[in-house]
Amino acid sequence: MTIEIKTNVIQPRRQTYGNVARRLGADKPASRYDESMFDLQATGVFHYRPTWAPEYELFDARRTAIVLADWHVLRDPRQYYYGTYTIARSRMMEAAEKSFSFAEKRQALTGIDADWTGKIHSYLLPLRHYEWGANMNNSQITDIGFGSAITEAAMFATMDRLGIAQLISRVGLILDGGTGTSLLAAKDAWMASPAWQPLRHAVEDMLVMPDWFELFVAQNLVFDGFIYPLVYRQFDQAGMAHGGAALSPLTEFMADWFEEISRWVDGVITAAGKESEANRDLLSGWTKAWTARAVEAVTPLAESVLGDGAAEAVAEIASQLGQRVRRLGLQA
Amino acid sequence: MNAMQPPPKQKKLSLKERYAHLTRGLGWNTTYQPMDKVFPFADYEGIKIHDWDAWEDPFRLTMDAYWKYQAEKERKLYAVIESFAQNNGHLNITDARYVNALKLFLTGVSPLEYSAHRGYAHVGRHFVGAGPRIACQMQAIDELRHAQTQIHTMSHYNKFFDGLHDARHMHDRVWYLSVPKSFFEDACSAGPFEFLTAISFSFEYVLTNLLFVPFMSGAAFNGDMATVTFGFSAQSDEARHMTLGLEIIKFMLEQDEANVPIVQRWIDKWFWRGYRLLALVSMMMDYMLPKRIMSWAEAWEMYFEQAGDALFNDLSRYGIRKPKYFEVASKEKHRLSHEVWSTFYNYTQATAFHTWLPTEEEMTWLSGKYPDTFDRLYRPRFECWSEMEKKGNRYYNPTLPQLCVTCQIPMIFTEPDDPTTTCFRSAEYKGERYHFCSDGCKDIFCYEPEKYIQSWLPVHQIYQGNCGGAEMKDVLAWYHLNFGADNFDYTGSPDQKLWDEWQAQRSANAV
Repeated sequence: MTIEIKTNVIQPRRQTYGNVARRLGADKPASRYDESMFDLQATGVFHYRPTWAPEYELFDARRTAIVLADWHVLRDPRQYYYGTYTIARSRMMEAAEKSFSFAEKRQALTGIDADWTGKIHSYLLPLRHYEWGANMNNSQITDIGFGSAITEAAMFATMDRLGIAQLISRVGLILDGGTGTSLLAAKDAWMASPAWQPLRHAVEDMLVMPDWFELFVAQNLVFDGFIYPLVYRQFDQAGMAHGGAALSPLTEFMADWFEEISRWVDGVITAAGKESEANRDLLSGWTKAWTARAVEAVTPLAESVLGDGAAEAVAEIASQLGQRVRRLGLQA
Repeated sequence: MNAMQPPPKQKKLSLKERYAHLTRGLGWNTTYQPMDKVFPFADYEGIKIHDWDAWEDPFRLTMDAYWKYQAEKERKLYAVIESFAQNNGHLNITDARYVNALKLFLTGVSPLEYSAHRGYAHVGRHFVGAGPRIACQMQAIDELRHAQTQIHTMSHYNKFFDGLHDARHMHDRVWYLSVPKSFFEDACSAGPFEFLTAISFSFEYVLTNLLFVPFMSGAAFNGDMATVTFGFSAQSDEARHMTLGLEIIKFMLEQDEANVPIVQRWIDKWFWRGYRLLALVSMMMDYMLPKRIMSWAEAWEMYFEQAGDALFNDLSRYGIRKPKYFEVASKEKHRLSHEVWSTFYNYTQATAFHTWLPTEEEMTWLSGKYPDTFDRLYRPRFECWSEMEKKGNRYYNPTLPQLCVTCQIPMIFTEPDDPTTTCFRSAEYKGERYHFCSDGCKDIFCYEPEKYIQSWLPVHQIYQGNCGGAEMKDVLAWYHLNFGADNFDYTGSPDQKLWDEWQAQRSANAV
């Protein structure tokens, strides 16, 4: 048996907005992602040139060497709009909060070997500045990127990186008993410790990079493609023998996040590469150049944690990234 | 550091210090690249900042809390939007004429939310201080939220009413929408400090109660549960944005005395720019809402004259005075909405919402709210047009209007001291003559002529043949305006026909 609630049936006159219907090829029900993503950004007829970049229009496709006929091909496979984005992150955060409150209540991190705790201080905490650099880089992409598809997702990534920088900082605040001394020390390391300088140098070079798509490749594909597997997988595993398992739940957010964000990064790169050989050449060239830079930047870090195993670990990550890049249709 | 030692005995951080570690503590002074290359737009506006650390965070929100609160609000909002759609909530509004306010909102305001998102992303990248950068980033993503939730809220209305089907396209092309569009592009094309003065302070702090709030209150008064739920949901975001607006002004003023005249000039400019934009809201409040909240004049008195007095008294200790020409705005308050609605009535053939003449009952309300002007100056017009309509000779203005180069509104406003004489101002620049609706708009042009000579003026563009063709129908097609459905009077529109059918069906059910 089924029950049937009688209602007045009113025929809608159209299923979706005109711009969405034109993109879908017909007036048919559209997803919330499509309705709130397509065509948000103005693409023509601007009134004034920006005083801060008078050679360009306010939004200008010429701000990258990548050329696309339709910038909406850079879709987000996660189909995030603001609502689904915040709900997804709040769920991940709920799990992270449980881990943090457990770690605080049970003082779980005190069980980690003292040697290894020192390593956590020196390899993990300065990364909050790396994340802040990634925040700025994605903010830059949101600012001068072209089309609402890529810039909207870049906005979410911008806030993600601030959130992750804050999670790393909270690990520090647990380790230092809520005094902030570990964070000050981490900043000193970021600024002056030889092991961190190649990475900071690379991050600062990214901060002044004019082409936002190259920045996307350098930050979100290549550097994250090294840092995340190295820190949250290799270092994490190396810590297991030293009681480091207690830290893992506190960085689980980052591991999950990396897996998720890679879908977006891969989707964007694939779509841009598919368009033309010229795009593929650019993307491959950027990937190669920044991969060399990343190997150089993370090696001292890997050595400080993994010692003799560092070269092998970095090579393995490089090879996995190479496979990933080839899967996206590029040359590694 | 040596982690082998137990952490030295240190005081636990206060909440404020902890927040500082989680935000501004993340930033660093770059050394491999010079700071002025990393932050290239910090100085060119002439604003002097000596100590970015003196920035007081206007609110303390870390991302964990942000995600949590915002997700909670989104869950509730989308539950209401879904229930509204499932139950055909549009049938419960006071009258289908109300939807025209939504058309104005979706085509005129929602695209501004998106522009604000990109504008704040720009400042959120380029301010030197990490503290204010984070505040701007949060506003950047909030503004994206507002653009997206407005589109989702109105999506149901779009299924049943005309004029909502192509908001972005229309915003970039339709003649009267160049008013809000040029306003926001003016702000976004300015430097980061001016952008914040324009949007965070003048727009969000000083004028938001006259822009955002009347639309949301209009929704509440007219049975539009979906839109008013959005309004409530955005309220706490707006409160954060307002505190940022006040904080940035105080920060600039406290950092250096030389900033005061620059900020004053921006306040003058953006007050006038914002006030002119509100002309569209004034007609919405007085003419478009079947159930009115309050009159434009009352809103202006409450939200600008009174609240503004208190604010500018407070800022006078920095040497800031009330915005230039505020008294002109007050002189105009008894005529603004009437002048604007009359103009749209004249050009109904080219608008993406419907127009109508006020009913006798509505004119009585207008007489009561505008005792000094309505019966003397505007009622006779409406009565004349009503007579013409009855004789089958509805008045249309066949000539395209001259536009003000700055605000891009047709030259419809009257002399500050004489509501029967149209106000014309002009200025010459590099051998060309430019026209303005007011001293306020002329001043703005004359300070930055190189900017405003770039204005994309819809009427000029039509005459130059850049808008689809020479005939009105060509231009309207280029606007994506559906002729005979989106435009003309409400009476006789498809909106009206369907609304009457739905109401008839409902009253038939009620037996």
